[in-house]
Amino acid sequence: MVEHGDIRVVHRGGSKINFREPVITHDSRYLLCASGECVKVFSTSTEECIHDLRGHTGLVTGVLLKPSNHLQVYSCSADGTVRLWDYTDGILIKTYVIGYPVYSICASANHEGVIFIVTPMLSDKRSDLFQLVAVDLPQSGDQLVEARELSAVLSDVSSNPAAIVFGRGGEYIASANGLHLEVYFFKKQKPYRFSFKEDNKKGGKNTFMCVACHPKDDCIATGHEDGKIRLWRNFNHKKEYTYSTLHWHHSAVSSLCFTPEGTNLLSGGMESVLVQWRYNQESERDFLPRLGSAITHITVSPDGALFCTSHSDNKITIIQSCVKVSAVIQGLVKGESVRTDMMVDPRSKSLVLNGKPGHLQFYSLQRDKLLYNLDIVQQEYIHESGLEQFEVVKAAFDASGSWLATVEERKQKDAELELNLKLWAFDEQTQSFVLNTTISAPHEARIIAMCFCHATDSQTTMLVSTSKDGHFKAWQLAAPAHTEADEGPSWSCDFVGSYHGLVPECCCFSADGSLLAVSFQEVVTVWSPASWELLTTLSQPPKAVRDLCFGRLSCSKYLLGTTANSLLCCWNLLTCSLEWSTSMDISLLLADPLTENMAAFCCQAGSTDLFVFKPSEPRPVFSQKAVCSGKVTRAVFAPREEMLESCEESSQWLNHSQLYFLTPYMDLMTFTTKAEEDRLMASSKQLVIDDRVAMTPFYLLLGKHRQQEDPDSVSGLSAERRPLPQCSVAIKELLQTPAHVLPSTSFLCSMFVQSLLISVTDGREETKHAEEEMESEKEEEDSEGEMESSTQRQEQAPLGGQAAPTLTKAQHRELKRVKKLDHSWFAHLLHS
Amino acid sequence: MGEFKVHRVRFFDYMPTAIRAMAFNSRTERLALARADGALEIFNFADNYFQEKVIPGQDGRAVEALCWVGQRLFSAGLNGEITEYDLENLRPRYTVEAYGGPIWTISINSQGTLLAVGCEDGTVKMFEILEERIQFQRNLDRQKGRIISLSWHPSGTLIAAGMMDMIRIFDAETGRATHRLLVERGVGASKSREVVVWSIVFLSDHTIVSGDSAGKVQIWDGVTGTLVRTHLVTKWDVLALSVSKDESSLVAGTSEGTVVQFQFISSTVDQQDKEWVRTRTFKNHSHDVRALAHTETAVVSGGMDTQLVVRPLLDKVEKNTQESALRKMSLPHRSLVCCAKKAGLLLFQFPDHLELWRLGESDGHGKPGDSLPVKRKPEKLIQLKRKGEDHICCSALSPCGGWLAYSTVTSFRLYRLQNNNISVTKVSKLPKDLRSAHQLCFSPDSSKLFASSSHSSVIVVGLNQPECKYLHTLKPKSGSRQPVHLLFASEDGKWLATANADCEIHVYNLDKLKLHCTVPVYSSCPTAIAINPTTSNLVAVHADQQIFEFSLVQKEYTEWSRKLQKQGLHSLWLERDTPITRVAFNPKNPAHIILHDMFMFCIIDQSLPLPEAKTPFYNQMTLRSLPEPQRLVHSHAFKICKNFQHLMCVSLLEDHSLVVVERPLLNITSQLPAPVRQKKFAT
Repeated sequence: MVEHGDIRVVHRGGSKINFREPVITHDSRYLLCASGECVKVFSTSTEECIHDLRGHTGLVTGVLLKPSNHLQVYSCSADGTVRLWDYTDGILIKTYVIGYPVYSICASANHEGVIFIVTPMLSDKRSDLFQLVAVDLPQSGDQLVEARELSAVLSDVSSNPAAIVFGRGGEYIASANGLHLEVYFFKKQKPYRFSFKEDNKKGGKNTFMCVACHPKDDCIATGHEDGKIRLWRNFNHKKEYTYSTLHWHHSAVSSLCFTPEGTNLLSGGMESVLVQWRYNQESERDFLPRLGSAITHITVSPDGALFCTSHSDNKITIIQSCVKVSAVIQGLVKGESVRTDMMVDPRSKSLVLNGKPGHLQFYSLQRDKLLYNLDIVQQEYIHESGLEQFEVVKAAFDASGSWLATVEERKQKDAELELNLKLWAFDEQTQSFVLNTTISAPHEARIIAMCFCHATDSQTTMLVSTSKDGHFKAWQLAAPAHTEADEGPSWSCDFVGSYHGLVPECCCFSADGSLLAVSFQEVVTVWSPASWELLTTLSQPPKAVRDLCFGRLSCSKYLLGTTANSLLCCWNLLTCSLEWSTSMDISLLLADPLTENMAAFCCQAGSTDLFVFKPSEPRPVFSQKAVCSGKVTRAVFAPREEMLESCEESSQWLNHSQLYFLTPYMDLMTFTTKAEEDRLMASSKQLVIDDRVAMTPFYLLLGKHRQQEDPDSVSGLSAERRPLPQCSVAIKELLQTPAHVLPSTSFLCSMFVQSLLISVTDGREETKHAEEEMESEKEEEDSEGEMESSTQRQEQAPLGGQAAPTLTKAQHRELKRVKKLDHSWFAHLLHS
Repeated sequence: MGEFKVHRVRFFDYMPTAIRAMAFNSRTERLALARADGALEIFNFADNYFQEKVIPGQDGRAVEALCWVGQRLFSAGLNGEITEYDLENLRPRYTVEAYGGPIWTISINSQGTLLAVGCEDGTVKMFEILEERIQFQRNLDRQKGRIISLSWHPSGTLIAAGMMDMIRIFDAETGRATHRLLVERGVGASKSREVVVWSIVFLSDHTIVSGDSAGKVQIWDGVTGTLVRTHLVTKWDVLALSVSKDESSLVAGTSEGTVVQFQFISSTVDQQDKEWVRTRTFKNHSHDVRALAHTETAVVSGGMDTQLVVRPLLDKVEKNTQESALRKMSLPHRSLVCCAKKAGLLLFQFPDHLELWRLGESDGHGKPGDSLPVKRKPEKLIQLKRKGEDHICCSALSPCGGWLAYSTVTSFRLYRLQNNNISVTKVSKLPKDLRSAHQLCFSPDSSKLFASSSHSSVIVVGLNQPECKYLHTLKPKSGSRQPVHLLFASEDGKWLATANADCEIHVYNLDKLKLHCTVPVYSSCPTAIAINPTTSNLVAVHADQQIFEFSLVQKEYTEWSRKLQKQGLHSLWLERDTPITRVAFNPKNPAHIILHDMFMFCIIDQSLPLPEAKTPFYNQMTLRSLPEPQRLVHSHAFKICKNFQHLMCVSLLEDHSLVVVERPLLNITSQLPAPVRQKKFAT
């Protein structure tokens, strides 16, 4: 079997946005957060993802604004690189190759040209010891730079980025690990180490969880496992150090942050309450309760106007400094485990799985956005450890997406199992699911599997559920027997089946809905749903059948099953005999609903291999070893929005649908081809959606102008990516050099202006369009930060001139005015 | 090792009273402590926090404030009097009426020349300290409202007074009030209540720190009279403040039982501008912290819950040493229980009465560890109320159970017990030399009474049937003026040993009625002495936990004692924080010494090898698991029993049963009044 180099396992969509603490830009307009293998740029006002910064090939483990340039951002990754980005345009400026996996990054304005990263101890890579290393960033114009000048600052640090922080003005760095706090003074080159005992007599757990430094005073705040916050002072003495203790949290403090002026200290933890302490007046504090779930990170914007909290349910909350929630960015909610299967909603093509407790979430993978949560349990969730509540354990969609079946259960100690089967109908008007039928106690024991009849053309919809009580039941939609006027059809039990008192395991309908296969331990029974007749039994002793799957399309005559003694069997239903079988320990078998392909995840020696095959062909279409470590138990084929035209044999299976799977660490992964990646990269280079201008009627008017201008305009967005053959080599070089290495804009201006001069001279009628001119001026003022790049872009297309002759000052001014001119009027004229 | 029938006595309802005031003398390292019943206690911090002296209280003397002036100790109270104490005779020396109503506070200037007194009528009165007495000098400007707290500026020219709702600063020379600092009232419902400035501290940089009833610790600039910073420390009152000598640390005691530390710290490293920052919080009390002292290395606090807590500051002491351990002193370091060995009677001493109990009896037999059925319950025979307003300072019961004696600072009483110990007759004719005693002791044959008197002398009184007769006064040759706090008469009636606060141990020959010898003076105060009845060796245990054995015949330390000193005691023995309060011997085995402190009792077997530094000290359990022959190899001289806790007395009766008097601390805390309401998490 050949390893396919161009198919890669990547994080795409649904990745954690709460993995590392987000960064708010200086102007408080953007929020940057590490998400899988990219850095996402969100707008703080609209909650929308503006663009992704793509380029890393490993998990991004840290995002940090460049202290000397607030328009650039560093990101570090487990792939051993640190990259510098221009986040407004999403341009990769530089890549520093470190060569070791980087776990977190920090920097200070005091240390120019140096970043501090946490890497595993260089001596042996596998140990979980980490060290803080200073990296001298080489000054060179190349895009790809090797940064090999590493010098260890602190050894034995925590890999948690919250545990390392710079102190006042970067004079010292504080690092907490386990029960030790270490403060390293750069001037004196001297570390001070403070330790706690495991726990004191009162049972407090003293383990450090996070550290924050006061920006103005020499005060370090540390959060502890028992919920205490300690404020350390005088820590430049071995013995005379002192600390005060604040205690409000009842469990571990997971994040601490000082506001930029140092007047407030923010803390958060399990309680989902943001606590704001007044510095030096700690008895006064403000609370922002009911944030939904445990706080994992807190950040404050550099101007102090916004706070931002990350939550354990993959959510980022943006809070105004008057302690009011202003925006919520919700990612894919992943608890400790996913009880339901991963499914794809046939209507919205969104991924459906457990979300908040008692909810199903609908997550759009294409847009990487949570669409909505469907409250299944419809009960108040009470957060209390040890309290058992109703949980959604099973869910299934029918083929058209108009019915949803859910099972919720609650098992309390010494109490009977409570089960509810709920059926939801899709309401076209409200565009959401509405509860149709609730069947309480549908079975006497836990429901093991549930599936809808797949046939799209059949008149009746049917649901089959198998349970530990030894029965499988078929449920059918039926009109109410006694006619009560306004009641629609509801679901009722149609058939109860059993087989020799054995416990049914899994069930599966054939693609056309004419056959139902139910496995009873080692026996597979095939039933006809029309007459509820046992057609045949297939069996492959001695071990029980684990998974059942009918083939699709051309392979629909095959039924595939996996057994507990690691056998994959394929039965031919026409001959009712075993077609082939092979020995492999398959943990999950699933069929692609759009093609004949089947995917099998094999667990072998601690890691999972993937095989994609057609039941009719002996050779696998695709195989990849060691897709991830651990056992994969949840996966789904998600149909693509637009088909991929890949002609390569090994990647053809990805043309119609994409395979997503959940690793044991609850990371959502998928497979991607080289071509697809390239396409994505290209699209990410597209212009940023400009959200600077509010949606006013005026904006709409302006927008219309722009759209009309687009097709024939010379400075359109599409034109930007077009190669400019007529460009001189000098200009090309100029445009491709990163902005930060260019000389100042005023210096470059003349060169651009020279080209402008040629193209614009014919259209000097500014007096009539004073209004539009003003408007564009205003816009330009708004975008001070972006000015350099945007002007470059606008004037890129008409470039064509030779070296500019030197201009007088008056000419210069004139040209600047001309530059600001809006040409939309011209387009307008042409159209009208 | 020795099996005893144990009388486990838990009917001694001893109840210490609340701590009201404290004063620490950093020169002599003595802490004076005043309790709510007027009793004063002196602790020697240099000598393992030993309770050196106790001055019994008096009805109507409620001490509000204490003050050291050099070696002299002054107190003032709500009875309006200033009292100086005679620390050699353990009694008030004189009292001076201040004529200003109840006195809330006293304060001495740093020069030790002027004593300022804050009175209920709003006056601050200055008393000049003279050689033998104090003399009223002047009144400062009279204010409206009482003066609650006072603090001198170290220069001695200014004095700050905490009042109701305000703080006044006086010029001590002119007597004029120079500043008036208004203290904000509490918020909410307490807005209408006056705020009381319970405590005030005037620092040398003219900073004034105040603690008030609204729960605030406020820092004021004393030059301009402006508020610098307010720290809201508690919802209730801040009752006490104390500052360290170098003025870098300050502690505040609150009604919640917490002690909050403030430190004078520069906010940024390597810069000079410092400010007071709240740092640590100690919670060692369940009730009000009424008194605080900030020593060089520790915070000493006491309050309503009667415990004295020494909390070392870890930045000032070496970590993980004996010095860095928290100490709680809850039971007195002297014995309040007297046991009549022959009669099986117990005498309990309370400040205002004595109780005589007969021990219960049991004839059952059982395995070690069993509790036996009681045949006859213990019964209270006599409750004897004292006469006069002075509290009882010492008492004794003769071994035969026929005599009972007690003394207050002014009077001495002797009673004859008859008719099976239930009738009491006062012996009326007493020798006139016997006015009062610091310590009492009967001879083992109950024929003599020894009463320690002034200048470490001991008065010997012969007890004959109808009356008693003065026999002799035993005086040491050293001429020490300190009081005797330990007396022990040997079983054979030949020796009498005394120990005084100067750490001297004198042994008198009772046949010749003269000084036999003086044990070489050791630097630490003896906490218990006893003479072995068979070998006539004197065993003395000192406050620093050292044990000495001195042969009275040879007048030198015994071989065992030398060996012990040479080898040194086990570190775990030295780390115990309560002193040994009694030494006894097992008549069956003269090599056994029985000792006890508050948390354990111990039998030292002199025939066994001493424990090495590395051997496990508390090894009873491991020994029990070993087979018989190996036990001997592993056993060492110290056998420690921790089955009984909070011991007041362990004594061996004539019939070889052991009397163990316990006073569980839980019983003491359960008798305390309810503390201020505090929100407890999850309630």
